[in-house]
Amino acid sequence: MSALGTAETPLRVAIVGAGPSGFYAADHLLKQTDVIAQVDLFDKLPTPFGLVRNGVAPDHQKIKSVTKLFDRVARKEGFRFFGNVELGVDVTVDDLRDHYHAIMYTTGAQTDRRMGIPGEDLAGSYPATEFVAWYNGHPDYRDYEFDLTQERAAIIGVGNVAVDVARILCRTREELMETDIADYALEALSNSNIKEVYLMGRRGPAQAAFTTPEVKELGEMQGCDVFVLPEEAELDDLSKKSLAESSDRATNRKVEIIQSYVDNQPTGKDKSLTLRFLVSPTELFGDDDGKVVGMRIVRNELYATDAGTLRPRSTEHFEEMPMGLVFRSIGYRGVPLPGVPFRESWGVIWNREGRVLDPEADEVLPGEYTAGWIKRGPSGVIGTNKPDAVESVNYMLDDMRAGVLLSPTTPDAGAIEALISQRKPDYFSYADWIKLDELELANGEAQGRPRVKFTSVDEMKAALGR
Amino acid sequence: MKVRNLLASKSGKVITVNRNQTVKDVVDILAQRRIGALIVVGDEGKITGIISERDVVRLLSAHGGSAMDLVVGDVMTKDVIIGTPQDDVLSVAHTMTERRFRHLPILEGDDLIAMISIGDVMKAQRDAYRGEIDTLQTHILAE
Repeated sequence: MSALGTAETPLRVAIVGAGPSGFYAADHLLKQTDVIAQVDLFDKLPTPFGLVRNGVAPDHQKIKSVTKLFDRVARKEGFRFFGNVELGVDVTVDDLRDHYHAIMYTTGAQTDRRMGIPGEDLAGSYPATEFVAWYNGHPDYRDYEFDLTQERAAIIGVGNVAVDVARILCRTREELMETDIADYALEALSNSNIKEVYLMGRRGPAQAAFTTPEVKELGEMQGCDVFVLPEEAELDDLSKKSLAESSDRATNRKVEIIQSYVDNQPTGKDKSLTLRFLVSPTELFGDDDGKVVGMRIVRNELYATDAGTLRPRSTEHFEEMPMGLVFRSIGYRGVPLPGVPFRESWGVIWNREGRVLDPEADEVLPGEYTAGWIKRGPSGVIGTNKPDAVESVNYMLDDMRAGVLLSPTTPDAGAIEALISQRKPDYFSYADWIKLDELELANGEAQGRPRVKFTSVDEMKAALGR
Repeated sequence: MKVRNLLASKSGKVITVNRNQTVKDVVDILAQRRIGALIVVGDEGKITGIISERDVVRLLSAHGGSAMDLVVGDVMTKDVIIGTPQDDVLSVAHTMTERRFRHLPILEGDDLIAMISIGDVMKAQRDAYRGEIDTLQTHILAE
């Protein structure tokens, strides 16, 4: 029998999760010059690209252009896509072990981090992750409802996702019409009663996780005035010192922009957005129907940890505010995959440098790997996943050369295809995605929008004539 | 990026030495494991100090070969700076540079879960910057 990774015995890899990490991993595998590899990329959605399609804001089309790279990878020899196929439902980890030399999990993070405060689950309090999936047309979320009849909305968190939610809530109908936002969301948001939006960060302006372009963009919206309280825009001594010592230009610029909003006066725009800093919600209050009507927040001060990080701690000063809509946006969190060891406290797969680990035995599982947010936690931008995926793939290739991958009983490419056709006859191939993509773009052009998305699996099947 | 996010790429075993062991033990472990520092634990398993290759060099210079027989508890650095998974990697990098230390034990609650080195921090920063640059380039080059 010839060595693994040759034309006679290509290295067959299953990658579960067709977002950026999955594609970066596939790319690195398929570009190896001395290894012949074949990659099958699975996703539970019929469409690939993960959060690039379902997470990136609809008014940030340029960020989505990374899909052109993914598309080039998908068209390479040795690549196949199996969409609408769910691990644990349509195929199991054991199935994959029988058919592949190696498995890589790149399923990202689908759920949200909770605030852990009373009232968090009242009606009207939602995770930003769900709202984002909804307005981006993720088929599992299209039937969700958000009470946009409220006038006041608070977003807890000041990362890029929180800013996306604020912006989408404050955009005019005209602005939204230039995006690929889901049709039903366009209608709902155009008819919303929202007048005042609050973004709340628990630390100060110098620590806010949103990037400089994101905060600048907030000041450029057509239908919304932006405000910042002078006392909250002022940096504390620790932050000033830290900024001076690090001479971090990007953060300096970010703070300058935030402070420039202090002088803003109302200009009669329909909506207002207020950035609050050094505040944390301690409780959400509900009415007799279990709906959120208000919140209590505590003001924070910063202190330095041993290792030099500026962290918040609460003071004795509280405020109460009426509020009818609350989005928590304090981070994503990974969900466990059936059959894969999950580190509950961190929300990631148990792994050591990207090799899946059995925590009881403290040993790596041969032939199983992970990359991306489900490996290291939800942090970083799209491109951050590339060196991460490359690291995991390189360990996989080392293991291949050492002969310690899986020993599949039926590694033949046709065998797994037959199994999937039997278990999930309505799976989607990459060719199906290409057609859907063309149709979405064409529908978009007809309406002067970048694309009009299909938002249900049935719609997609119908469009393909199934 | 938080310390938590770079722990996945670490081997996860924290090598420790007991305060009653000798400098010779330390040297053997550092050489065998190819690492630069050890956490010193007391009999109850609690962190009592840290001892690094820099300490070993300092002791050899002061005592010559007899440094090897010294007891760890007597010569270790007692003032250990401790990190948590929630610490910012950039702040940690800054503190390591300013305060001139290269290893940071990470505690989650009472559990010593990792020791990160300046090398880990540099790698994480490099990967984070590479990722940002890659993303920005894609953004700028898009039509």
